[in-house]
Amino acid sequence: MEKRVTFRGWLLPLALIAPQVIISAVFFFYPAGQAVWQSLFIPDPFGLSSQFVGLGNFEFLLSDKYYRASFVTTAVFSTLVTLCSMIPALFLAVIADRLIKGSGVYRTLLIWPYAVAPAVAGVLWLFMFNTRVGVVAWYLSQLGYDWNHVLNDTEAMGLVVVASAWGRISYNFLFFFAALQSVPRSVIEAAAIDGAHFWRRFFTIVLPLLSPTAFFLLVVNVVYAFFETFGVIHTITGGGPQQATTILVYKVFSDGFVGQDLGSSSAQSVILLIVVGLLTVIQFKYVEKRVHY
Amino acid sequence: MKKNFLGALAVTTALSPVAAMAQTEVQFWHAFTGRLGELVKAQVEEFNASQDEYVVVESHKGNYSETLNAGIAAFRAGEQPQILMVFEVGTATMMSAEGAIRPVYEVMAESGASFDPDAYIGAVKGYYTTTDGDMLSLPFNSSTPVLWVNRDAFEAAGVDPDTDLSTWEKVGDVLEQLKAGGEDCPLVTAWQSWIHLENMSAYHDVPFASQDNGFAGLDTELMLNGPAQVAHLTAMGDWAKDGKFIYTGRRNEGGANFRSGECALFTESSAGYAGIKAEAEFDFDVRPLPYWEAVTSEPQNTIIGGASLWVMEGHDPEEYKGVGEFLSFLSSSDVQSAWHQNTGYLPITAEAGDATRAAGFYDENPGTDIAVIQMTAKEPTANSKGLRLGSFDQIRGIIDEELEAVWAGEKTAQEAMDSAKERGDALLRRFESANQ
Repeated sequence: MEKRVTFRGWLLPLALIAPQVIISAVFFFYPAGQAVWQSLFIPDPFGLSSQFVGLGNFEFLLSDKYYRASFVTTAVFSTLVTLCSMIPALFLAVIADRLIKGSGVYRTLLIWPYAVAPAVAGVLWLFMFNTRVGVVAWYLSQLGYDWNHVLNDTEAMGLVVVASAWGRISYNFLFFFAALQSVPRSVIEAAAIDGAHFWRRFFTIVLPLLSPTAFFLLVVNVVYAFFETFGVIHTITGGGPQQATTILVYKVFSDGFVGQDLGSSSAQSVILLIVVGLLTVIQFKYVEKRVHY
Repeated sequence: MKKNFLGALAVTTALSPVAAMAQTEVQFWHAFTGRLGELVKAQVEEFNASQDEYVVVESHKGNYSETLNAGIAAFRAGEQPQILMVFEVGTATMMSAEGAIRPVYEVMAESGASFDPDAYIGAVKGYYTTTDGDMLSLPFNSSTPVLWVNRDAFEAAGVDPDTDLSTWEKVGDVLEQLKAGGEDCPLVTAWQSWIHLENMSAYHDVPFASQDNGFAGLDTELMLNGPAQVAHLTAMGDWAKDGKFIYTGRRNEGGANFRSGECALFTESSAGYAGIKAEAEFDFDVRPLPYWEAVTSEPQNTIIGGASLWVMEGHDPEEYKGVGEFLSFLSSSDVQSAWHQNTGYLPITAEAGDATRAAGFYDENPGTDIAVIQMTAKEPTANSKGLRLGSFDQIRGIIDEELEAVWAGEKTAQEAMDSAKERGDALLRRFESANQ
């Protein structure tokens, strides 16, 4: 029989969940509700007047081919950021896990970049790749490659992806490293006795056992790429050249806070919310099936 | 920023008991840091020391966009300052905000402070004045684009540094010579939309937008895809392709390239003076912005960039009196000539310009009067009074994107400007419907 704890009355359970409910209500439901409400209006910036337009803001956005193109940009960007932050992290975690001595030092060093705020990380990378004073840009020019992310779409995208993924590698590394530690040694040793070499053991035993962690990180990293990378983009490219690095969340920021167009900005937040919601549902429905807990 | 804020807080706290007794406090939010921030602080201190009825409290609120945002957010919360600095691009936004702003001419009339609208330079005040001639905000820092020349780079490339650079046709030839002489960066620019489209249009007396560049109504459409603008951008695009014009970014990134001596020519604001003078380790001089001889035989005036001071609604009459006194103080000849000489910004009154000339500043610093001459040589026309377009910050973003397509050789100038017009007009229609 399952053992269940039951509470008498409602007060205690309500009091216990209240903090979480209040925090979610104040910091999530209320602003999200506001965004949905505001997306139906074209307000003036000062809040003096506001015109009800129904779904007009959405119509305006979806009929804009540059906004639609920004979906593709976002998809490319988030896929690349997720891959570039998870694969190296997994690789580093596997290597660090094999170390017998000094793994603490490597671990500490590898976690450092996570402490750097995205906007600051953006500036750091920009300095290295600055077309005029950047160290990396200079070395590339010595090799005969003319680096110019100010005009070249691909280079600009590459740079914001690397700058966004860099700090994230640390975060992913931590999770992978912890997960690796919990892989039972006995299973690996058994496989080793059977003659499976390292990479075979890794792909057939370790990786499947890591899948819950990898799945969790996949969801978290996609959300990160969608929402938290605008600092990097703001400092490095400002969405350019042309619109090569204008991802959805950056457009929310620039239309709302630079353009003072709160109606369109709210509508974009709502669209973004739906997109991320859908993505998470898809991930849970299809990817999670392949995850072994 | 934090320090400033704490400083302001300390000042406010320290003065509040006094203020409650006799002095009226006036909040002034601005966007200046560094040297400019110090100069603003000095102006405020001088005003506060000059009388004992009012205390102006200055606070720095971030860059131009952030300051405007802070003002808007504060207004929504009922905490707005009396005076808010807004960059020229935000002019239409502020103008349409009836009920949030109090026009300067009204404030001045009610406060009884001395105010003569005719004292201000036409091309400067025009930007902030209605078509009926009423001044809505007080011009504070205004600059205009000029051509900066690295004389050493000219000599290194074997080109006479005194050569005539008055027209783009001549500049085109010089760029060719510079390139042939081994110069890797013949021309670089800052603020491409402001200089190569907005000013280019005014300077050649062609419209940038319909309805007198937006002054006559919100139902304005962009006209930046006209033949004059397209011809200029086509030439620039060709120069970019040949490596004669180097694109460095949307803002003033090019300044670093010029100040380090890497580039020979630089189109940039006259307010670049302080930075170039401080950093350049080469001989430089200033020339008027070139014009196309094929378009006009004599250029019109250029237009300004910078910011003006807006007075916000919702305060006591006594406070507005203080605002009036402070704005009047800022417009005084002494304050203006000092500001002009220290920063390279234009003087906002003709008198301040004359005082600067009389003091011999222009003789000691040759070229510093070029911006003033360029602005005031001709009476502004409907095309050269300035621009008043809603959502203009975003429209500039669109123009930047389209220009990048031209510099990268992905679009012709005509295609890019047609597209900029289409996209910009959509935003103008939105602004129109939000402000009806």
